[in-house]
Amino acid sequence: MAVWLAITVGGLYGCAFYMLMRRSITKTLIGLILLSNAANLLIFVAAGLTEAQPALIPADSYLPEPGTADPLAQALILTAIVIGFGVLAFAMALIYRAHEVLHVDDFDALKDADE
Amino acid sequence: MISDIASHAMLVAVLACFAAACAAPPLLTRLGTVLGGRLLALLPLILLGVLLSGFGAEVAAGGAVVQSLAWIPGLSVSASFLFDGLSMLMAVLVLGIGVLILTFAASYLDGDDRAPRFFAYLMSFMGAMLGLVLSDNLLLLFVFWELTSVTSFLLIGYDHEDEKARKSAFQGLFVTVAGGLVMLAGIIVLAEMAGSYELSVILAGEDLHAAPGAGLALALIAIGCFTKSAQFPFHFWLPNAMAAPTPVSAYLHSATMVKAGVYLLARLHPVLGEHAHWFWWLVPAGSVTMLLGAVLAFRSSGLKRVLAYTTVMALGTLTLLLGLGEAGAAVSFLLAHALYKGALFLVAGIVTHESGAKDIRDANGLARHMPVTAVAALIAAASAAGLPPLFGFIGKELLMEAGQHGPVLVRVMALLAGALVAAMVATLVLRVFFSGDGRANPKAAHEAPWSMLAGPVVLGIGTVLFGLFPGLATDSMLAAAAKAAGEEGKFYLALWHGFNMALLMSTVSLLIAVGLFLGWPAMQRRFAAWTVPERFGAEAGYGRLLDGILGIASLQTRLLQSGYLRYYVMTLLLVLLTLTGGTLLARTGIIVPAGADFGSYGVPAVMAAIILAAGMAALRTRTALKAVLALGALGFGVALVFLWYSAPDLAITQVMIETLTTILLVLVLFRMPRFRRLSTVAERARDVVIAVSVGALMTALVWMVIGGRQFPSIASWFLERSVAEGYGRNVVNVILVDFRALDTLGEIFVLALAAVGVYALLRGPAMLESERSKP
Repeated sequence: MAVWLAITVGGLYGCAFYMLMRRSITKTLIGLILLSNAANLLIFVAAGLTEAQPALIPADSYLPEPGTADPLAQALILTAIVIGFGVLAFAMALIYRAHEVLHVDDFDALKDADE
Repeated sequence: MISDIASHAMLVAVLACFAAACAAPPLLTRLGTVLGGRLLALLPLILLGVLLSGFGAEVAAGGAVVQSLAWIPGLSVSASFLFDGLSMLMAVLVLGIGVLILTFAASYLDGDDRAPRFFAYLMSFMGAMLGLVLSDNLLLLFVFWELTSVTSFLLIGYDHEDEKARKSAFQGLFVTVAGGLVMLAGIIVLAEMAGSYELSVILAGEDLHAAPGAGLALALIAIGCFTKSAQFPFHFWLPNAMAAPTPVSAYLHSATMVKAGVYLLARLHPVLGEHAHWFWWLVPAGSVTMLLGAVLAFRSSGLKRVLAYTTVMALGTLTLLLGLGEAGAAVSFLLAHALYKGALFLVAGIVTHESGAKDIRDANGLARHMPVTAVAALIAAASAAGLPPLFGFIGKELLMEAGQHGPVLVRVMALLAGALVAAMVATLVLRVFFSGDGRANPKAAHEAPWSMLAGPVVLGIGTVLFGLFPGLATDSMLAAAAKAAGEEGKFYLALWHGFNMALLMSTVSLLIAVGLFLGWPAMQRRFAAWTVPERFGAEAGYGRLLDGILGIASLQTRLLQSGYLRYYVMTLLLVLLTLTGGTLLARTGIIVPAGADFGSYGVPAVMAAIILAAGMAALRTRTALKAVLALGALGFGVALVFLWYSAPDLAITQVMIETLTTILLVLVLFRMPRFRRLSTVAERARDVVIAVSVGALMTALVWMVIGGRQFPSIASWFLERSVAEGYGRNVVNVILVDFRALDTLGEIFVLALAAVGVYALLRGPAMLESERSKP
């Protein structure tokens, strides 16, 4: 099963980096979203996959059942998802403003405007 | 309390110099340069008195005092100091000449409004230099060593508005600090070998020279010493250092700092002198430096430049003597040189100060105007030329005698170098003071005040006294210094050794010198016209090295700093592919997922297919809006993965965030134009290749990570304590709000910042507009 996810992670990284190498500013934003998803999945897969055993402790016990999923990696990913959204929102606002001012969607045009 | 200070007297002495450096600027501003400078000169005098009265008798008898204060024990750094014969000789030079220099500088710099700064630098240097020669701990010694380089930099660049001074200051710093770093490596090797960073322990170790690594330690330390002591091919920084005011040249660049390298070599002579490479490191470098310095001195005519090159010659001689194992001769020559060269530099300073002349050919007949200076100059020059009965004669005899134990070539080089230097100092003093009528000087000359004369006169008295009564020097310092530097047997000096080979060589050398002296004006011109040293010498090499460094820097900047985001990303990816991918291939070969079972789990395959199809769709679509839809599908696919593999919290968060993202993207991106094709087919093909390779690499890495867990998970810690300490049954939540609550706080900050940023970007310009449009 993990091999499918390994391929998914690799595929997402490939897509993300392809988009990050575009000249279009909007496309790099898409690349950023893809990259963020790829990274989250990478950590998730690397922490080990557990089916149907969420890190919840039964009401009648102090300890979880053996074989429970890794809660630490999940906590880290949860933080990463939220922060990724913050970064994305900011990047989007930047791009939007750049487009509003310069009316271009091309990094090379930005470079010219800089000079 | 008193006994506490006494048991750390050396540390206190060093710190006192630095304290004086801090006090110097206000002191000089308040009292004026002359009075303030003279007051500062009292400090080294007091320190000299304290050190000599405290330890002088014990050390002169061959003893040694160690004072130690634990500083950073974990790093083997301690503020430990060693006072033995060698330290005493150097400390006497640093402090004794320091007194004279400070007194001299107080008058020399009178009227210069930068004098307060100058004295602060000079006192810092004195502290650093004193610390260097007193350090027992090698790391402490290194710190002081580099501190002398830094203070030397500040003093050479004293006239910082002059470009040449700045360049020279940087050159000196670059060469000596680079050498210092090499030396640090050598020190570490040596200390690891000896098992201690304390010199007193290292020196007590027998047969260190036979230990493996001794050759490496010797090589590294020798290079460091060569840069500091201006040995060929690092000699070029020293003449350029003459951009500093004359008291600095006399003090740092002749009597003390440049001797630091020689000092350290003499220090380590007892333990490394037996090593087979000792001779081959020191003798060639020393003898070449000796002759080169003499030749370069002979073709110069600037007062300070001549003296700088003769100093290079003397430093070469010292290295040569140590290389030949003549430690006693080396310390004697060191003392003799400090006495006469210090005096000559101060005389040069007086000449420039009182007559305006900076070149031998500019001054004449100054003896009429400044008789005391002339006599002091004559004594110092005669000592430098090696005339009896002065101390310099003894030094030169020792060199000639040591030459007898060395190869014939070295003997000839010593003879020639001696002759050239003798001719040069004779030229310097006789032409400047005793030829001509004394009228054609740049400005009307007159005698210097006593405070400036004190230096040359006191040093001259020392030269005469030690020459006539060498026992004075040996009994008080040199015998103990020679012993500390590894001279075997009882060391003594005598003015008269009888008729022997050394005397014959001295005489021949002097006869040649007379010829050279008479022919100097013509020969100097011809020598100076010979530009090979400038074009192909070490300094030209230094220039090319610097140009090369700058060239490489601008080349790699041009290569790497394209200014295009896509090329930065590409560079990163190519480096990743080369280093990580290359290592992976080299170590493990192509990965074949062992036991990969593609078919047995239907759900993961479906999820993978959804995610990858959505990703590809996002890549291929022509409008931003369609891309947003694809990304939404992808995000929900990821949420599905989280849900399937026991992460309900993640799934919930992902769904919420994905919804928000999609709404946000739709709101913003629907205004963007359709994508245009901006890159060519070839460019896209190139990017596909790179992206696919990176994707494959990531897949391989993930596969390896899953395949082999190296460490046990720390998750059980959280699982066990979640209810007991966090009072929560959803462990992920407990981690977020309890165990790692600070992380969550940081996350909230990031989000708040992003929100402020977004608001400012979207609303700010509009608000500015409305502000502006208000009446």
